[in-house]
Amino acid sequence: MDPLEIARWQFGITTVYHFLMVPLTIGLGLTVAALQTAWHRTGREEYLRMTKFWGKLFLINFIMGVATGIVQEFQFGMAWSEYSRFVGDVFGAPLAMEALLAFFVESIFLGLWIFGWDRLPRILHLGCIWMASLASILSAYFILVANSWMQHPVGVEMVDGRAVMTDAWAVFTNNTALVTFPHTIFGAFSVAGGFLLGLAWYHLYRRRALGIDTVDAQGRVVVGEDPRHGKGRDRTDYRVWIKSLRIGAVVAMVSFAGVALSGHHQAQLMFEQQPMKMAAAEAACHDGTGFSVLSLGSLKGGGATTCDDVVGVYEIPGLLSFLANDDFTTEVKGVNTLLPEYQEKYGTHLPDDPMYGERAGEEINYLPLMEVTYWGFRLMITFGGLAAFAALVALWMTRRGTVPDNKWISRLAVLGILAPFAANSAGWIFTEMGRQPFVVAPNPTFEGIDQVFMFTAAAVSPGVGAGELLFSTIALTTVYAVLLVVEVAMLTRYVRGGVPAAMPELAAHDDGAPGKDDGDVLAFAY
Amino acid sequence: MDFLPNLWFVLIAVLWVGYLFLEGFDLGVGMLMKLMARNERQRRVLLNTVGPVWDGNEVWLLTAGGATFAAFPHWYASLFSALYLPLVLVLLALIFRAVAFEYRGKAHRQSSRDLWDWAIALGSFVAAFGVGAMLALTTTGLPLNANGDRVGGPFAWFNGYAVLGGLAVVLFALVHALAFLALKTDGETRVRARRLLARWLPVALLPMAAWALLVAAGNGKTLPWLLLAAAALAAGWAWTAARAGREGRAFIGLGLFLVLGVAAIFLAVYPNVLPSTLDAAFNLTVANASSSPYTLRLMSIVAAFGVPMVLAYQAWTYWVFRRRLTEQHIPEPHAVGPLV
Repeated sequence: MDPLEIARWQFGITTVYHFLMVPLTIGLGLTVAALQTAWHRTGREEYLRMTKFWGKLFLINFIMGVATGIVQEFQFGMAWSEYSRFVGDVFGAPLAMEALLAFFVESIFLGLWIFGWDRLPRILHLGCIWMASLASILSAYFILVANSWMQHPVGVEMVDGRAVMTDAWAVFTNNTALVTFPHTIFGAFSVAGGFLLGLAWYHLYRRRALGIDTVDAQGRVVVGEDPRHGKGRDRTDYRVWIKSLRIGAVVAMVSFAGVALSGHHQAQLMFEQQPMKMAAAEAACHDGTGFSVLSLGSLKGGGATTCDDVVGVYEIPGLLSFLANDDFTTEVKGVNTLLPEYQEKYGTHLPDDPMYGERAGEEINYLPLMEVTYWGFRLMITFGGLAAFAALVALWMTRRGTVPDNKWISRLAVLGILAPFAANSAGWIFTEMGRQPFVVAPNPTFEGIDQVFMFTAAAVSPGVGAGELLFSTIALTTVYAVLLVVEVAMLTRYVRGGVPAAMPELAAHDDGAPGKDDGDVLAFAY
Repeated sequence: MDFLPNLWFVLIAVLWVGYLFLEGFDLGVGMLMKLMARNERQRRVLLNTVGPVWDGNEVWLLTAGGATFAAFPHWYASLFSALYLPLVLVLLALIFRAVAFEYRGKAHRQSSRDLWDWAIALGSFVAAFGVGAMLALTTTGLPLNANGDRVGGPFAWFNGYAVLGGLAVVLFALVHALAFLALKTDGETRVRARRLLARWLPVALLPMAAWALLVAAGNGKTLPWLLLAAAALAAGWAWTAARAGREGRAFIGLGLFLVLGVAAIFLAVYPNVLPSTLDAAFNLTVANASSSPYTLRLMSIVAAFGVPMVLAYQAWTYWVFRRRLTEQHIPEPHAVGPLV
């Protein structure tokens, strides 16, 4: 087995998994903060219930992001020690800042928020959730600064074969980071929007299915209540879900607009900074202006230096040019044009240097795996667009105040929660695999420092064997898979339980949970 | 010798001490969930003494790791890759432990709660042992070649120091947790924590003392010995306080022992940050493992602002949650059933 391949799989698996939890944490955190603010300002019961319910789901998800995040911070040194040596000077700084300036705030203020209900003054308690959720956004900025440096290295000079920081301002205002940041944050909000929309739909549908809510002759909702479920199915409960649904739908649509706009800017930077990634995203062999809607054929990546057997089935003329350069006539370079340019600049073979281990002297394949880049790019756009379109349809379908009494549409709404997650994963897989064979990509045609780059083949830890990597990859993947089942089961139980799951005092048979009026019992305890 | 790398050596040592001090007692409380608590309510008392604060404590580990990456990339790269397998175990332990903290109280069956308890107790044990082994090895050395890569296979790091360091942190965490529980609870838990603390305190500090003595003896400096003498005094004071039932003093005394002991260890190995056992020429030192002065200056500015802030609001959390917990404070668990 090849240590490099295992290390790449491990990094990919752990990172994609970590980034299932992260967008929900970011999007839902700020949503909960906004809901609690609404409660604080209006005093309306439904906002308190929304805060508690969505806050509970937020916490169930948050902890998984925390737990898997530690792996992220450690595995650069563990599996990618040569990378860490090469970039430590510039890449370690944002990581350390993320921990010192964001993670501390996030974890400490969240602890205060969880345990501080009824113990802290209300305004202070509200401040805690704002601190925690804003810190999660700050942490996103730091980690994207680090990642963007790998896509577009700036602010450094090469000293003894290492990238040494000379201009922190350039690193922290890297144009790649400044557009990736809004793109990622909007992506996180589209996840949160879909989450609210899908689950609120489910509860509105349950109320319809049980005959609690009905519709009149014009199709307008007639809200009812069912005292058998305590306050869990009263009229306020209806308002909880219809408001959640509408907020979710609006958030989903607005964030899609944000994702699209920032994505457009990203594509322009990619066209200039990483032309090969752009070409691979299009599976474009020849220079052209058209955006491929569908290309088929053997999209060979591994070892192939020609991609002439890719057949464009349909393309939209001029669109690719628009994505890259805001006009319809700019020729975007294809793979066949770019390959010789890369080979001329960075060599045809890996240098005969011990840092490349057994790979020293091997031929370099500058073409990323095109099946992945081509479809990753399209799946990202498709799922993102689908989610936004579904949100629009959902708003229209609920214009008379409730959802249709239809089991299948309800299931579809819940299933739709997955679309923005899929879009996020596809986008990251595309951009990270599209950077290959580099771990730090050179920027041949733009202001980037041309000579700062590192091949992924040189980045892996020389002292770590395939056996160790295989063990950790299998162990982490297994544990992650088990925990995903646990998390989804936990979320499902709390979703089915509705608001009383997060607010036991609303439950039907409240047999005076001990200490209900006893100020000595904690409002919340593990 | 430049000032900034030295400053960062001190800062990294401070971060590790901070981690051992704060997460030390919550790791200990985690282990005591299985060793000390006798029933469900007592387990929940233990868990909730650290409930609001454990996550913030754990960030000290992330910050120590991140700061090492930023300030001493070679130290970070060599140490973490050389200790690949033990760190994988530490990561798995921390994952289980974190998830168990949050999910235990949300489990609806006693059998699942028992399973999560094991995750907390074993996770705490493995994490404490692993971090202890790692810190011991960074002070006593690893088989590193000229490039700073481990030679000799996946287990080449294993030796008596690893076991000693692991035991040192596990046992210290246990007694510090006992002092913490005596300070943070009331009723049966407090009484038993006090009794156990008075009985086990001296024994539990032995491995850390042995580790410090071995490192100090191997390096021939005077200052570490002075610090160790002070650490011994602190330990004696803590033990006296523990036997007299002065919980706060015992807790502080143990904390002083840790601070002085770890300071002595780091000072004794200085200027090395990670010696090579193969050839002293391959030692990673404060000078050859550090980042550029530019990066260190940037990080110093950030730390000058960030560290006091963290200390301030983290101290505030402990103030907010200062109240002693008893079994009467623990609310009944509520069943979460489907709302039709």
